[in-house]
Amino acid sequence: MAAYVLPFEKPVVELVTRVRELRALAETDPKFVGELRRLEEKAGRLARELFADLTPWQKVQLSRHPNRPYTLDYVERLFTDFQELHGDRSFGEDAAIIAGFARFRGESVLIVGQQKGRGAKENVKRNFGMPHPEGYRKAKRLYDMASRFGLPIVTFIDTPGAYPGIGAEERGQSEAIGACLASMARARVPIVATIIGEGGSGGALALGVANRVHVLEYGTYSVITPEGCASILWRDGSKADEAADRLKMTAPDLLRLNVVDRVLEEPAGGAHQDPDAAARAVESALADALGTLRRMGPGELADDRYKRFRKLGAYVA
Amino acid sequence: MTDWPSKKPADLDLDVSSKRSFGKGVFRKCDACDATLPAEAFEANFEVCPECGQHHKLSAGRWRDLLLDDGALEEWDAHLEPSDPLSFTDGKAYSDRIASAQKSSRAKEAIEIGRAKMNGVEIAYGAFLFAFMGGSMGSVVGEKIARLFERATAARMPVVLLQASGGARMQEGILSLMQMAKTVGALERHRDEALPFISVLLHPTTGGVAASFAFLGDVNIAEPKALIGFAGARVIETTIRQKLPEGFQRAEFLLAHGMIDRITSRLAMKSEIARLVRHITRAPVFEETRASSPPPSG
Ligand SMILES: [Zn+2]
Repeated sequence: MAAYVLPFEKPVVELVTRVRELRALAETDPKFVGELRRLEEKAGRLARELFADLTPWQKVQLSRHPNRPYTLDYVERLFTDFQELHGDRSFGEDAAIIAGFARFRGESVLIVGQQKGRGAKENVKRNFGMPHPEGYRKAKRLYDMASRFGLPIVTFIDTPGAYPGIGAEERGQSEAIGACLASMARARVPIVATIIGEGGSGGALALGVANRVHVLEYGTYSVITPEGCASILWRDGSKADEAADRLKMTAPDLLRLNVVDRVLEEPAGGAHQDPDAAARAVESALADALGTLRRMGPGELADDRYKRFRKLGAYVA
Repeated sequence: MTDWPSKKPADLDLDVSSKRSFGKGVFRKCDACDATLPAEAFEANFEVCPECGQHHKLSAGRWRDLLLDDGALEEWDAHLEPSDPLSFTDGKAYSDRIASAQKSSRAKEAIEIGRAKMNGVEIAYGAFLFAFMGGSMGSVVGEKIARLFERATAARMPVVLLQASGGARMQEGILSLMQMAKTVGALERHRDEALPFISVLLHPTTGGVAASFAFLGDVNIAEPKALIGFAGARVIETTIRQKLPEGFQRAEFLLAHGMIDRITSRLAMKSEIARLVRHITRAPVFEETRASSPPPSG
């Protein structure tokens, strides 16, 4: 994959690249091992310092980073025996959402996730991870099936939002999203959602009505894109950085607002610098959550999910 | 989430585009056919143009008069008020926006809910107030809709919900998105008890309201020409770089694409809804005379 470096990433990328080179050396020559350990430790510390002061807008850019691991990158690392399932049974197949059975530590689960493409050609196929109604109807069909057969549901959220287009409106984008929310609310199985990149509005929430919601350290979740917010508020999409700040859409804000249950630490320089390490963080949090939820009965799981969302919001009584 | 309505609440209070005085009476001009008629002619006809049938915006109070027996609503949770969880400002603070919306709309938030009767049928009733920040759904609106379904479930009542909303309330950020999940959760518990939900889509119903409960009615009814859709026209045009076809996202477009059950004139809405509920609940046909005369003896 083509390397893509954001301006603020440069120093970290240089360090991480040196660590990677040294690691390759140390594999063949043990005398580099000591130096590797020292450099790894230093790189980790420096990356953390450099990334400690990232602005919300910089985090948004990381969440959209073209080298960031996407849903299938996690599927490949976290699961075995993956069988993809296609189609909404009424209109078509939407490659912006992937879904299917897989095994997590031996146990069968349903996976549903938005999938962005790498490069122009795959992005056309994946529509930049922006689903049409067919994608949501495929998800809904499979949520219902998983609930019927008692399979836990594991979702990966990574979308700029549901696609805004003529066909999408003709075929009921609103209804398709609403139906996903309803199906997830009703499901009598454990649901764990992980925001691995961008959580764009209702199009993300259609995969997000879960018992436990996790977010990667540089993942975001928002009611509107910062660009959209800025163009509405100030008629100026270039003020997106300011809007990103106002919207409180980064992981620590989401945790504070109880919108997510857990923030998963990313490797030095972000998930794209070490997808295996990012996958390990996602996996261990998923194992914890499924372990807890497995002890609940079907009705209890639906109640737990209802209570989780029921208390979200702030008002004066 | 779609376009935040760009109009200010003051503009939205005007039901008809222009009010003008000619001599002693106040005359108003229809948005659609340019007929200029005495203001009372619009008011008496619930803001439906007597000449062409154009539906202009109707206030919450007039909706009650139109739909509810004796215009009476036993209101629930009227005391809930918005807070400002993100300390949001866009030049003007959200708390100031709330204060001015409350002042101009004389309401605490963008929805009213309660218990009422429609042609003798007991219902749980909710109606969005578009004049309050474009009917946008923040925490209070979400909470009140959840309570509407919860109370209706407990009392085994159908829910009739009138929607007119630009979508999620941006000023409450991600918490407003969460209201979509909260409200649909409450709706599904109501559905589990086999209680009907009649979803009434008024102009406009878009964004996060459209993409949550709006289309999940057992029956979805819309007013003629109401704008209903997920994404705002401007967002779609920017994305696809082409003009949108005539009538796009209007009620007639949705009917043609199978997304709603019926389009109903406002003036027929009351009997329409009451008949639907009577069918679903297998109640006998409503007879106007029987309701107004004492019950037959023996
Ligand atoms: Zn007219």
